[in-house]
This record gives sequence, structure tokens and C-alpha cells, in this order.
Amino acid sequence: MHRRILTGERLVAAFLCGCVLFNYPLLSLFDRGAELFGVPLLYAYVFAAWAGLIMAIAWVIERRIES
Amino acid sequence: MLNAPVIIAAALLYLGLLFAVAWWGDKRADQGRSLIASSTIYALSMAVYCTTWTFYGSVGRAAVSGIGFLPIYLGPTLVMALGWFVLLKMIRTAKANRITSIADFISSRYGKSHLLGGLVTVIAVVGIVPYIALQLKAVSGSVNLLLHYPEIVMPGRSTTLPVFADVSFYIALILAAFTIVFGTRHLDATERHEGMVAAIALESGVKLAAFLAVGVFVTYGLYDGFADIFQRVAADDGLRRLTTADPSGHGYTGWFSLTLLAGLAILFLPRQFQIAVVENVGEAHLKRAIWLFPLYLFLINIFVLPIALGGLLHFSGQEVDADTFVLTLPMAQRQEWLTLLVFIGGLSAATGMVIVETIALSTMVCNDLVMPILLRLRGAALAEAKDLSRLLLGIRRGAILAILLLGYLYFRLAGEAYALVAIGLISFSAVAQFAPAMIGGMYWRGGTREGALAGLCAGFLVWGYTLLLPSFAKSGWLVADFLTQGPFGLALLRPQQLFGLLGLDEISHCLFWSFFANIGAYVVVSILRPPTAAEASQATLFVDALKHTRPVGAALWRGRAEVGDLLALAGRFLGPQRAEAAFTGYARSHGGVAVDALEADAELVHFAESLLAGAIGSASARVMVASVAKEEPLSLAEVMNILDEASQLRRYSRELERKSGELEAATRELKAANERLQELDHLKDDIMSSVTHELRTPLTSIRALSELLRDDPMLPLADRKRFFSLILLESERLSRLINQTLDLAKIESGNADWLGSEVDLKGIIEQSVEATNQLFQEKGARIELDLPAEAPLIRADPDRLIQVLLNLLSNAVKFLPPFGGCVRLTLRTGADGLEVSVTDNGPGIRPEDQQVIFEKFRQVGDSMTEKPAGTGLGLPISRRIIEHFGGRLWVESAPGEGATFRFFLPFAQAGAAKESAPA
Repeated sequence: MHRRILTGERLVAAFLCGCVLFNYPLLSLFDRGAELFGVPLLYAYVFAAWAGLIMAIAWVIERRIES
Repeated sequence: MLNAPVIIAAALLYLGLLFAVAWWGDKRADQGRSLIASSTIYALSMAVYCTTWTFYGSVGRAAVSGIGFLPIYLGPTLVMALGWFVLLKMIRTAKANRITSIADFISSRYGKSHLLGGLVTVIAVVGIVPYIALQLKAVSGSVNLLLHYPEIVMPGRSTTLPVFADVSFYIALILAAFTIVFGTRHLDATERHEGMVAAIALESGVKLAAFLAVGVFVTYGLYDGFADIFQRVAADDGLRRLTTADPSGHGYTGWFSLTLLAGLAILFLPRQFQIAVVENVGEAHLKRAIWLFPLYLFLINIFVLPIALGGLLHFSGQEVDADTFVLTLPMAQRQEWLTLLVFIGGLSAATGMVIVETIALSTMVCNDLVMPILLRLRGAALAEAKDLSRLLLGIRRGAILAILLLGYLYFRLAGEAYALVAIGLISFSAVAQFAPAMIGGMYWRGGTREGALAGLCAGFLVWGYTLLLPSFAKSGWLVADFLTQGPFGLALLRPQQLFGLLGLDEISHCLFWSFFANIGAYVVVSILRPPTAAEASQATLFVDALKHTRPVGAALWRGRAEVGDLLALAGRFLGPQRAEAAFTGYARSHGGVAVDALEADAELVHFAESLLAGAIGSASARVMVASVAKEEPLSLAEVMNILDEASQLRRYSRELERKSGELEAATRELKAANERLQELDHLKDDIMSSVTHELRTPLTSIRALSELLRDDPMLPLADRKRFFSLILLESERLSRLINQTLDLAKIESGNADWLGSEVDLKGIIEQSVEATNQLFQEKGARIELDLPAEAPLIRADPDRLIQVLLNLLSNAVKFLPPFGGCVRLTLRTGADGLEVSVTDNGPGIRPEDQQVIFEKFRQVGDSMTEKPAGTGLGLPISRRIIEHFGGRLWVESAPGEGATFRFFLPFAQAGAAKESAPA
């Protein structure tokens, strides 16, 4: 029971975190024409943050399934 | 190779494969071995979200707005994190109430209103049909492109072809056939289509594979990796702006609006509702899909930017539409197989969307639009018909065909017009209007029917005015003045700068005004009056869907009905056999009585109503059930009482659960204590019998000797003396036995008196040796001491330690050989305690006896032939004493080599000895 509540809270946290990551003003920080490994910084940031968010959600869910 | 027959054959083969998969899936479902009962399949089928608008259109959008296409996929990712709550609640509610479409969901929530269901259906059809047209356009466009292979000719107005020569017309017909075969095979109360879902999941796999293939080809075949493409773009002045966040200059508001819009679309698009809620096989599948589906979106988007930028670089200066890059890039490189794969992928994206969307819309049209009208206009005629299931299926099939033909018609009429190209977001904005009524309905009890109606109407009208009409104007179907001057020259009412609102892109503008009107009307009208009884009871079913104990619908119905009437009613809509089977199943789960013997109580009426709701929608089901059952309407006060009762019951049941948990724990403890007591009782019996046995032996000899002395006065003096000394010895033994038994009992019960003082163990050893000196001398044995000059003090009871040492020494003496007996006593100081050992050179103890000697009244040796040499309590008592001071006592021995008894006393624990010895 306790665990379940935590899972829910973690998912809400992931949601809120994603809302901040994928919106102004954080987004504008990376919109500066710089490059990372030849990829425009903005693209690299958005895709990395996206992948990170999916991994975080997967981690929360899979931990719950295992336990 | 790529000519018309090959392309058409490939398309037909692929559709044939889909037919086969769907047929197989249905067959497996009939056998009860569901093909789609897995979270991976569930997540894949959710990817019906990605239509041709993703497959071809993402690249097109990226070519104009750079990364601006991405919010369409970020929104769903974010919302899926909340899917844990929202989707789960929708699934539970829909399953509990047999809800089969989004129109039914809203209508059922607000008191099973026909009007609301109809309105939602109209909004959905108006918003979605152009979207279906877009899919047909994409397929027809890709076919036309391929037909000109190897040249790349942008399809001009393909609609100039006559209808019967138009590929998309036949595709529409084939899709209609497919949808009819697998979407309306039979009337099912749950409205699930396993075969169709299996086919959709396969299609999702194909379109992802195709898109990744073309992405890898462009990025690594055509160019030299991501970095290469981006470097070339950076060198190009025209393209460089695409790598910024906001190439089209709308600011970040547009980005936010798109995220929000897409997040709502993933919940409220009819096809998403169909797949995620209605077709859900088990709630458990949702869990993994929460991250698998976003992962799918992530994968299908990785190569969008490289393809878009690569295409712009490659076709720079040519008239090639960016929407076709996915297809034209492989074509330009003469990659025939890849081109064919991409075509099939695009076909997958289009057909998947069209099939699911049409099924969802046809269910709505049938249950929430046609049936209510039929019931109203031809109610009497319907009441007489025996079997209406064929009529229902007919309506659905007709609706499917009609929707697809409407889509085709729109595509023919709109052609390349803006109204079709921009329809993706226009559609999303239309279904977003369901959000307030849906979300409000799931989390707020106060929403009323009028509130939902007002909200939906207002939102829909504003959407039409600010987004749909302008798209018509941009297509040239309305005068352009409408946009620039406003209707009748009223500048304040310009549809895309409503009331002078500037600075927003058209989607954000529409979203703001429509939500403003929608949410405002919904809330304000809802709070004008309290919910009615029907609304309040439905609100409880929806809002409390995730609570473990919630009132079932049956609790909220009162009236009289006949089983036969209900069965006949269900039979008319589901077909007699299906109804009979459903009722038999119900009877079996309610005590196994026959259908005729069922009691027509509220629960059965509720069962029949929800059965019908699956087939004809909840509002119609309520009307039909009311026609055969005499319902006594409940007043709001009564509903509230029932709900209060239910919540009170819930509270009581929680209390009860807690109490019973406590009781269980107490019972467990009691049981354990009881077992322990029984064990002790058993032990006591054992001890009693051992003690009495041990006491009897000396008593018997005392008695026998006394009798001898009494009966034979002539006994010689020497014998008398011997007998008396024997009697004395035995009495001593007896009293020793009794003392030790009492001692042990005291120690075991924790009542023994323990002294605690700093003890010099060396002194105690010397004292004990002194006391046993006599014994050794009698036996003619030696004692060797091996003591350190100084031993640290230890906290213990000196008398008890002497008792232990005396016991060990006298034991040792007992077992010494008659000649040359030797006992060696050592004291060692260790790091954390003192160790004392007493070694004899007697016969030794067999390994199997080494534990036994520490048990009470157990003496090793052949008790039949040898007279027991002790009480059998010395070692157990000694062990208890040592353990009391936190140490341990053990024996090391091998037969024939003597025995060594050792005990160890720790420094640290000596003072903090356990207050009560282990029982």
C-alpha cells in the first residue's frame, strides 16, 4: 500500500518535471546556436531530456512491478 | 520494378496480411487465448496515435518549424505519466458501466443524457471526418508519387481523375470492408475487437520499422551521420534558423499550446479512447504501456529532423513538397525496396487510424445519434420487433461506410486546400473540447447535464469560429474579408484576433478562447443548480471509480421488474442466444439457479441495463429498461442517503478491516503463547517423571536397607554399620538431588538470587581446588593447575562460579581411571573474556553424547549396569549459570582420550547479564 502511493507520487513528480523541462524558460537556455557533438544544442537537449524522462518513468514503473 | 501492378499488388498483399492477422486474433479470442493480452501489444496499438500526419507530416512540419513538430509527441509522453491515474480511472469506469465510446462516457456521467451523447457525437464526427480525409489524401498522394517512379512529380490535383479511376476511392472501400468485417462481426456487450487490435499493433510495428529504415538510410547512407547533416545546415543561411526553438516566430506560447493539445488528444481522440480504454484487455497492461508508448514516440521521432533537413538540402531549389521527403528521398536514390517499405509504412499509418477511428465513430453514431432518434420516432415499432441485433449491426455497418465515404467526399472537395492540410491540429482542437466535461466529470461531483451541454456547445462554437471557419476562408471557400475585416466588417470579431487578441498563433488563440468559453460555461452553468438524483448517482460511480469499495449502480435503483421481460428485452438487441448466455452466466454467478428462478431485483435490472448499454449506449439502455421495469424514481435526498450510507458502510468496513487485522494479530500471539505453554507443560511432565524416578532410586535403597535392619535383629555389627553408612549416603544423595532440582527450577524461572560483584576468577579456582582436594586424594589422583600470575577481575556471582567449578572438578574425578588419574585446570585471559578448562584423562565422551550430558537427568554410561554416579543435574545447572553471565560452557572430547570442559566468561557482558535466564 505504501509503495503504491509512492509510485503515484513519483509519476506525478516525473510529469511536473517534464512540464518544466519542455517549456519556456528552460527551453530558451539551450536555444543559443551552440553545438554538442555536432548536433545543435537545442535538439540534443530536448531529445536527451525526453529519453531521460522516459527512463525515469520506466524505472518507477518497473521497480513497482518487481517488488 | 516499381510500376502500378507491383504497387497495387503490394498494397493488396499487405491488406491481406492484416486480414489474416485480424482473423487469427479473433479466432484466438474466441478460444479464450487472447493474442493481445500483453502490455507490449497494448502499447503498440496505442501507437495508432501516429497517423500519416506523423509518418509523412512530421517531416513536413519539421521542414517549416524545426523542432516545433515535437510538442505533438511530448504532450502524450507527459500525459502518459499521469495515465497511471487518469487512464486507469477511465478504464475502470468504462468497464464497470459498459461504456463503449467517449460520447457514451460523457452522456452516462451526466445522468445518461441522449442530448449530450448526440452533441459529443456531432463534435467528434465534424472534427474527425476531415482527419480521415487527410489519411486518404496521404495514401492517394503516395500512390501517385510512386506511379511516376523514377521521376519525382509532385501530385497536382489528383482529384481531376474520375472517382472510379481514383485509388483512394478503392482504398476507402477496402477499409470500409475491413472495418465492417472486424469491427462489427457481432454485437458484443463490451464492444471489443481483438483481431482488429492485433492488426493495428502489427501496423504500428511496420510503420516504425519503415520510418527507422528510411531515417537510417538518409542519415548514414545519404549523409555521413547526424553531425554531417547539421554541419551542412549550419553552413546554409536559409536553413540555420530551423535549428532554433522558434523559427516561425510565435514564441513559446505555441509550443506550450501544442503540448497541451496533444496531451489532451491522447486521452480524448475517439480512436485513442477506443484503443486505450474500450479495447483494454487488462488493467495490468497499462502499467508498462505508460513508458513503452512514449518510447515508441521517441523512436519514431529520432530521424524526423535529419530527414527533414536532409531533404531540404538534397532537393534544394527543386519543387518537392517536404511532406513527401520520406518517400521522395529513397525514390531519388533509386532505392526501390526501401521506397516500397516506406509506402507500406505510410499505408499502415493511414489504415490503422482510419479503421480504429471509424469503429469508434460508428459506435457513437449508432448508440448516441441513430438509436435515440429511432427510439423517439419509431419507439412503438421497435418495441414489437423480436430481434433488433441485425438492425443494430446494420446501422453500424452503414455508419462505417457513410463515415468513410464522407471522408472521401471531403478529400475530393478539399483537395490541396488549406482546410485539409491543417486539419491535424484543427481535429485535435475539436476533441480537446471534451476535456472539461470528461476531466470535470471524473474528478468533480458538481458537474451537471446543463453545465456539460453549455460547455461543449460554447467550446465547439468558438472552435468552429476561430479555427474551422478561418481554415475554410484560407481555402477560398469563404470570402477572405471574413478573416481580415471580420464578419460584416466588425473588426472586433475577426476570427483569429477575437476581441483584438493579438500575439498568439492560431492554435493558441483558438485554445485560449474555446477553453475560456468551454470551462467557463461548464462551471458556471453547473453551479447554478445542485445535481439531480440521476446526476449525483452517476457522479459517484465515476468519481469514486478507483475506490476499493464503492456503491454499485444497483444500489441506486428501486422498482419492480420481471425476469422474462428483461431477458426478452436483452434478446431483442443482442440476439436471443447471446442474451440467454449472458443471463445464464449471471445466474451461475448468483448461486447457480436457473434463469427462470432468478429474482428480478435491482442487481439483475442493473445487469440487464449495463448489458444493453454495451450494445446501444447507456442513455438508450436506461430508456429501454424503463420501458419494461416499473422504476420508482428516487429523489435526490434518497440518493444522497444511499450514497451517505454507502460511504458510512465504507467507513465501517475500513474500521472492521482494521479491527479484524488487530484481532488476527492478537490471535496469532495467543496461539504462539499457547503452544509455548503446552511445550512447557510437556517439559514439566517430563521433568516431574524424571525427578520422581531419580528420587525413587535412593529412596528405594534407603527403604530396603531400613527394612533389613528392622527385620533382622541378629545382623552382625559390621553389616549394620555398613548399612547405616549406606543409608546416610543415599539420604545425602537424596537431599542433594532435591537441592539441585530446586536450584535449577529457580534459575529457569528467573527467581534465583544472583549476586554481582567484581570477582577474581583465579582466587575462585584456587578455592574450588582446595575444596575438592579431599576427593582427589581419595581417588589417588593429581591435579595440575595452569594459572596466570594475575587475572583481570570479572563481574559475576562468586558462589555460583564456585558451584560450577566444584561441579566440573567432581565430575572429572568421577571419571578418572583408578590409577594415574590426572586433572588439568587452566585459566586463560583472552581479548574479550576469560576461559577456564578442566581436562581429565578419563574414558572420554562419545560425540553423540556430548550434547546429551547437558540435558537434565541424563547421565552418560550404561545406566543398567553402572550405578549412576551423580544427580544428572550438575552440568545443566552449570551451563545455566555460565549463560546467565553471558558466557558459554561446552565440552571437547574423543572417546579414550579424556574430556575437556571449557567455559568462557566475557568481560563486557558479565555485568549486564540477562536479568532472567533463558527459560
